[in-house]
Amino acid sequence: MKAHYGYKDGAGDFFIIIDTDNCIECADHPCIPACPESVLEIIEDDYEDMVCAVTMDHRKKIKYSCAPCKPDRDRPPLLCVTACPKNALEHLW
Amino acid sequence: MAEFWRWKEYNWHDENKDWRDGELITAGVDVGSVSSQAVIVVDGELYAYSNMRTGSSSPESANNSFNWAIEGTGLTLDDVGFVIGTGYGRVNVPFSHKAITEIACHARGANAMYGPSVRTVLDMGGQDCKVIRCDEKGKVTAFAMNDKCAAGTGRGMEVFADLLAIPIGEVGELSLDVEEEPPPVSSTCVVFAKSEATGLLREGWSKSKVLAAYCSAMAHRVVTLLEQVGVEEDFAITGGIAKNSGVVTRLEKELGIKALPFDTDTQIAGALGAALFAQNLLRKKLAKAGK
Ligand code: SF4
Ligand code: SF4
Repeated sequence: MKAHYGYKDGAGDFFIIIDTDNCIECADHPCIPACPESVLEIIEDDYEDMVCAVTMDHRKKIKYSCAPCKPDRDRPPLLCVTACPKNALEHLW
Repeated sequence: MAEFWRWKEYNWHDENKDWRDGELITAGVDVGSVSSQAVIVVDGELYAYSNMRTGSSSPESANNSFNWAIEGTGLTLDDVGFVIGTGYGRVNVPFSHKAITEIACHARGANAMYGPSVRTVLDMGGQDCKVIRCDEKGKVTAFAMNDKCAAGTGRGMEVFADLLAIPIGEVGELSLDVEEEPPPVSSTCVVFAKSEATGLLREGWSKSKVLAAYCSAMAHRVVTLLEQVGVEEDFAITGGIAKNSGVVTRLEKELGIKALPFDTDTQIAGALGAALFAQNLLRKKLAKAGK
């Protein structure tokens, strides 16, 4: 499942897309400890699979939650994206 | 003072059916931020439902909508084998056995209402808007949700109905009563759009023209969310705004795709999906118990 977490507002589209089919086979979920802002969590989805999701608390403020990882200039690779061995995470901004 | 935003609450049950003839009786209760629905399904067939405004307490709204759905049927909660709560208040349905997100429930409900050919569901609810892609079984394959602001939602439409003193049920048709399509209001934020509309009325715009401009902006905003997830036919709309021809017509035009026609109330899609999930889980429970 391609889960789009985040929002659109006047300033742009702020979504993290998680291809959760990849998470089912991912044993250690390395994206979770990699995120310094605790934006991500493992949940049991509606089909009883354990998958990665953006926490409720961060969904409506994701632009600000991820801001420390996204400086205006010389943006380094994102820690969560780098940690994921399955290329399951994508940021739209 | 007249409340133009206020929509009619209702309940229904199938007079031609007797639930006592059924084996699996399940319920879905969808407690949304604006409206709550309860659906009773007997052996997978829609039997009864209600649709009412959500009150200040989610558990109370769940109780009220369930009780209203079963009114006049002779059915009680004890006769219902499995209940699933969904929607914004899904974890606050006191008598539910499980909670399932409204995303999965709308996909499942749309599959039942529109048939297995549905691949894209747009749910325009009271305070959020969801785009859901699903397979032929109604299982979600992708979704995006925008619940940060009221633009593109039922609540936004209610604000406009009140501002223009037009009953909410007439907004869509009236917005189509324009000779030429005006440009959409420039702001998608309800607060700004409202003050923009007030200015347009002062400039001499008719109510129809202002509504056309708002419906058009609302449709455009929803289309951008649809495009983000990608639209595959068949395309279906659930939620209250599916009944607003002004938004739906403009949305179809911008997308170049027609939404499937409906003959079941679009506002009960989430609760219907929940009741169908409940049916599967009840079957599993009974199988486990060797019944
Ligand atoms: S590391 Fe990647 S695949 Fe594993 S749980 Fe996180 S997002 Fe899913
Ligand atoms: S960008 Fe940074 S803060 Fe945002 S989810 Fe990834 S690791 Fe966490």
